[in-house]
Amino acid sequence: MSNHISSVSPQPSEEPVAFDLKGGMTGARQALPVALSVGAYGLVFGVLAQQARLSILEVLLMSGLVFAGSAQLIVLSLWSMPLPIAAILLTTLIVNLRNLLMGAAISPWFSRFSPLKAYTSIFFLADENWALTMGEFAKGKRNAAFLLGSGLVLYVAWVGSTVIGRALGDVVHDPARFGLDFAFTAVFLSLLVGVWKGKSDLLPWVVAAIVAVGAAHFLPGKWYILLGGLAGSVVGMVRHAD
Amino acid sequence: MQTNFLALLTIFGMALVTYLTRMSGLWLMRHMTLSTRMKAGLGYLPGTVIVAIVAPTVFSTGLSEAGAALATVLVMARTRNVLLAMIVGVGVVWGLRLLQTHLR
Repeated sequence: MSNHISSVSPQPSEEPVAFDLKGGMTGARQALPVALSVGAYGLVFGVLAQQARLSILEVLLMSGLVFAGSAQLIVLSLWSMPLPIAAILLTTLIVNLRNLLMGAAISPWFSRFSPLKAYTSIFFLADENWALTMGEFAKGKRNAAFLLGSGLVLYVAWVGSTVIGRALGDVVHDPARFGLDFAFTAVFLSLLVGVWKGKSDLLPWVVAAIVAVGAAHFLPGKWYILLGGLAGSVVGMVRHAD
Repeated sequence: MQTNFLALLTIFGMALVTYLTRMSGLWLMRHMTLSTRMKAGLGYLPGTVIVAIVAPTVFSTGLSEAGAALATVLVMARTRNVLLAMIVGVGVVWGLRLLQTHLR
């Protein structure tokens, strides 16, 4: 992720940045292939949401209002009655903290536009269209509506596929029998491969794994996610200072 | 009905928290700059959080899960295809579990 940030110039060049329908359409077109994989991921989320006993309305509202795949997926693992609301909100915050970095990286391109345009577009910020948009800017294209256009396509794919997946979940009983309980882990392992930046990740990841396994053994609930994640990133942060 | 209301409230809370993380980057850059150390720490979070999620399943459940995890990572590293990696992972865990119950 930091590779993207450092390789893209922090300020747009002299050429003015536009925000119009043409830029939005370009973004939408480029997001179409990505929407396929978002849709597959959404189907899995929907099926798992059924196992976590979320209703179709709850899935629709969560996908439509939160629109954050990894946070929603992790929250499913916390979703048991009575709802641990504080843990869910804290987990959502921690998993989504990276949005702050991505928003900061993309902010120069929105500085010229009204708060309405900027703060509406940023609702549709996701890992995938952020990467697409930064790539587009790096190529010298100057249309900030690209983020909104690509984000809308991913939004439709995500909300639609999660609701369909939730409906399919009613048909799939006892997912462990077919190994489907492992789908959750497999999706995250796949994401992890994409997140790997190089050797500097190794120590933070090993620390995260050790702390998580230990915490899962000794503590109730899903606190191991927060503890492992924080421990690993603190190790990375401390080592970065040296 | 009460749990349903709490569920909706939780979802609205998640929506608010998530939107705050999205808009705060834009907002902060108009008012302050993050230290490089903070940026570095934030940059590690996605990876370490995901590692923490999968670690107990991968390392302390059983051989089937560990083997399937390895297969998933290898397929993903080779093909960069999330869907394919997921199908292989689920298939391998299914096969290995079947094998284990038959050998027992």
